Amino acid sequence: MKYALLYIESKPQFDRRNDPAFMGAWVAYIESLRAAGIFVAGAGLQSPETATTVCVREGKRHVHDGPYAETKELVGGVSIIDVPNLDIALEWAARSPAAGYGSVEVRPVLPTPPPSK
Amino acid sequence: MNPETHAVIEDVVRTAYGRLIAYLAARTGDVTGAEDALSDALFTALQKWPADGVPDKPEAWLLHVARNRMTDTARHRQVSERYEQVLQQIAEEAQMVADTREYFPDERLKLLFVCAHPAIDESARTPLMLQTVLGIDAARIASAFLVSPAAMSQRLVRAKSKIRDAAIPFYVPDPPEWNTRVAFVLDAIYAAYTSGWDSLMETASTHHAMAPEAITLGQMLVQLMPGEPEALGLLALMLHCEARRSARYTSEGEYVPLDKQDIALWSQPMMEEAEKHLRMAAALKRMGRYQLEAAIQSVHASRAVTGRINWPEILMLYDGLVRISPGIGSLVGRAVAIGQAGQPAAGLAALEELPPHRIVTYQPYWATRGHLLLLLDRKAEAQEAFIRAASLTDDPALREYLFKLKNNCAC
Repeated sequence: MKYALLYIESKPQFDRRNDPAFMGAWVAYIESLRAAGIFVAGAGLQSPETATTVCVREGKRHVHDGPYAETKELVGGVSIIDVPNLDIALEWAARSPAAGYGSVEVRPVLPTPPPSK
Repeated sequence: MNPETHAVIEDVVRTAYGRLIAYLAARTGDVTGAEDALSDALFTALQKWPADGVPDKPEAWLLHVARNRMTDTARHRQVSERYEQVLQQIAEEAQMVADTREYFPDERLKLLFVCAHPAIDESARTPLMLQTVLGIDAARIASAFLVSPAAMSQRLVRAKSKIRDAAIPFYVPDPPEWNTRVAFVLDAIYAAYTSGWDSLMETASTHHAMAPEAITLGQMLVQLMPGEPEALGLLALMLHCEARRSARYTSEGEYVPLDKQDIALWSQPMMEEAEKHLRMAAALKRMGRYQLEAAIQSVHASRAVTGRINWPEILMLYDGLVRISPGIGSLVGRAVAIGQAGQPAAGLAALEELPPHRIVTYQPYWATRGHLLLLLDRKAEAQEAFIRAASLTDDPALREYLFKLKNNCAC
């Protein structure tokens, strides 16, 4: 069963990523996900200010600067892990650095459709 | 509402909830039915007692109302004749309790055995005890066990249906069954003590969300089975660990390992109570896992008197422990003791014998490995082990401490 772990942070928490000592905990955590053989994919995200949002309505493309919506909390990164059940996913979520200062949203991932021939 | 009545109701719930549930469930075999009936009775009490005053015997009153509710439900379901007889019997007993000085029979031991029955899913046993015996709500239990509230509720509902549908008997087993069944009860209570934090070694564990409740259960168990040395051992173990609660963090929230803790912050009364139980257990002359684990904590506690940790004695106790209970925790604990008793290379060798699949996510293994490698002056490998340990804990303070150890290897 695959789960997405969404690491939710406030803006000041998000900005701590420039501190190498702080990032060490993240590097170690991701390394542990790999060592346990459950890491599927994932990445840290750059700040919302770097975002550009696009949508298409009635054949017209609309592009604007910034995120879809401004919020106090933002997703700092995401990991997709493959574990037997939710309990184990929660255990891993609790071990992430974000659980200690922000929060982690754990969501099951929809099954990927099989590749077309 | 009148706050006084509210306080009385709270007090009755705290002291009598488990007894009432146990009493009703032991007679009907239906835990859910007992809970529904009792919560109805409590709701009625909240409405009536403020106006009418608290009855002379609140428990008998609640029992009476709960029984009426069960009778109503039974009528709708057209239950068997036997069930009606049971309800009749409850009514008579409730009346008797109300009329005399007597207290209704204590069936909590039977309920504990049912909650920890081998037919109940292991992950439901401890939550079931916390909910039925202590009346703790499912959402709080869910957080302590790090599962979603919906999943925890479902787990509890399923377990209670199983008790009713499979007719798990409410009785106290006799020897030879006694020993194995008692072990299930003890393990379930200990799981309440370490709930949600089993990636930490018990002595280092800091966030015991259900620790006071687990100790309450342990004390109850000792009362209900005074001749069982392992029940005394379990209580002594929990008390020794709990005695150190305020020494585990500095005022700045930094993690302090057991051997660096300020002994002035350890709770003297709790340690004394633990020692008392351990002596009583020893007098019963049957050694077991929990007595050995408590004895190990007792050696750590004696640092408060002697100023040093007697590692050879701890090692001896671990040797005994791994013979009867070779869990990953005791095997890693034994490796620590070997290393601290002056043989870090042998300690490391003991660690390396452990099967890889059991240690890959077990934080204490990696922390211990780091310590032993450091003692052997293998700094680069020690660093790696500390990083690994740091990434496997869900205690941010411990994580920070492990990173500090890693940084200290750098020089």
